[in-house]
Amino acid sequence: MQTFGQQLVNGLSLGSIYALLALGYTMVYGIIKLINFAHGDIYMLGAFWGYYSLRAFHFNFLMALCSAMVVCAVLGVVIEYFAYRPLRHSPRITALITAIGVSFLLENGMSALVGANARSFPQALPVVTYHWLGIRVSNIQLLILITACLLMALLELIIKRTKMGKAMRAVSVDPEAAQLVGINLNHTISFTFALGSAMAGAAGVLIGLYYNSIDPLMGMTPGIKAFVAAVIGGIGSVPGASLGGFIIGILETGVQAVGLSAYKDAVVYFVLIVILLVMPAGIFGHNRREKV
Amino acid sequence: MKVTLKSNLAWVGVMLFGFIIIDALEFAGLINTFIENMLVTIGINVILAVGLNLIIGFAGQFSLGHAGFMAIGAYATGIMTQTMSTPLGFYISMVVGMVIAVIAAVIVGVPTLRLRGDYLAIATMGAAEIIRIVINNLKITNGAAGLFNIPALASWVTVYVLMCLTTIVTVNFIHSRGGRAVMAVREDELAAGAMGINTTRWKLAAFVFGAATAAIGGSLHAAYIQTIAPGDFNIMASIAILIIVVLGGVGSITGTFVAAVVLGALDTILQNFGTVRMIIYSLALILIMIFKPAGLLGTWEFSFRRWLTKGAVTHD
Repeated sequence: MQTFGQQLVNGLSLGSIYALLALGYTMVYGIIKLINFAHGDIYMLGAFWGYYSLRAFHFNFLMALCSAMVVCAVLGVVIEYFAYRPLRHSPRITALITAIGVSFLLENGMSALVGANARSFPQALPVVTYHWLGIRVSNIQLLILITACLLMALLELIIKRTKMGKAMRAVSVDPEAAQLVGINLNHTISFTFALGSAMAGAAGVLIGLYYNSIDPLMGMTPGIKAFVAAVIGGIGSVPGASLGGFIIGILETGVQAVGLSAYKDAVVYFVLIVILLVMPAGIFGHNRREKV
Repeated sequence: MKVTLKSNLAWVGVMLFGFIIIDALEFAGLINTFIENMLVTIGINVILAVGLNLIIGFAGQFSLGHAGFMAIGAYATGIMTQTMSTPLGFYISMVVGMVIAVIAAVIVGVPTLRLRGDYLAIATMGAAEIIRIVINNLKITNGAAGLFNIPALASWVTVYVLMCLTTIVTVNFIHSRGGRAVMAVREDELAAGAMGINTTRWKLAAFVFGAATAAIGGSLHAAYIQTIAPGDFNIMASIAILIIVVLGGVGSITGTFVAAVVLGALDTILQNFGTVRMIIYSLALILIMIFKPAGLLGTWEFSFRRWLTKGAVTHD
């Protein structure tokens, strides 16, 4: 029971990182049907911004987190403007390859710029470990969980309660009809990228604090896992992405805990395939029936 | 003479001509090991990408797991030629790799091909990763370290001949009744089903066919490079094959050839640039996609058949 609780705590903190990343995937996919492969690299850039702002500018943790979110939001908008916007009416597979190209560019650009070596993230907060019913919880884990939940609640508020959120939902249902009622398509898509990238930036700083090590290729695997999380939750659905992220996080730590850590990724993909077979549109996805 | 036979003979002629040219250049000493390496890589990439183009471009099924089937072929050769280090052993291992890849493709394809579009892509990607992780943890495959000192049983001639063979077989499949059924499924699955085409069967046929060619590519890779590790067959490897297909034009076999040659040459030229190599490569990729969204050749196909039938009056 104790191990179970411990793994649940670990899984929830890892899962909240995946959830933050999955939100970006799910929003972008919902709105322009693009698997944004470069999303994991935005997360990497967020972590590096956190690193430099903590070391060079001596920001405190909150400032580093917020500035990373702003920087990543701007980057996301710039990437969308230059790389994806010209391809809006092209075949979707073309946009996908462009996204892969952007991902390669960010990874290798950072490797060339700062070197490919892993570096240790500055300890912005003193680590305090709480013991509670035999379960060890560090303040970093709590911080990750709370920040992630706050950001997700904020996102849900933006999407459900603001005018821009309404526009986002309208565009994801039908872009052309949305334009007809006066919604600016380009602004809405830029806003979506800004939101998603800000979430990824926050996740980058949080993971830097949690794992203590960052490198230019750190976004690859979490990026793909977060996309898997978004698919499991039902791509296009915001609560689905959060749920998917937590499922993947708990699953991964659980598989590691039973001593199958070599197979942890295989289990994640296996669960993905099984869920897709049972629920082809994910847990919260809408399965549209095809009509002639 | 039938048009199909004529156009096939014309292609065989072109392939023989290409062979003679490369052989002559080799004889004249104009092809060093460096360039030969590039040519073989291009050849293997053509085999892999033609198979993937059949799945994506002609059957319309978005598969992101090609490297998984390639890994099966590569490991079949790597393991079997250790005990049977003869050309015959190499071909037996290639056939065994193909059979295992076909079985794996059926196991993966039967459930997942019910999914559509991006969901299929992500499911096949997951399946390929499962294959890679299993290889990574088995004893017989030597785990993450991989296999080395695999006997060098494939020369550029083997690669060239097999490249021609798989391409001819694939193109003939596309022009056959089955190929038309597969393309009908791509255009409209519901309509194709209503016309009496067993959509599941033909989707699976294209998928299995692609997997078998991927296994051939993997076998050749193992026997030519002589070193394989599970890391060579990760998602990035699947994506590299996908890039060739999309860059050449989804649904154009000619385009696949052009893209494989362009990317192979680009890669060789960029070897001299060191760290900025991948930056230039990714920028080139983005720019080509932005300015040529349908790929270099779109769906255009070079065809002897069109020449042969041009102006001919059809009598029924």
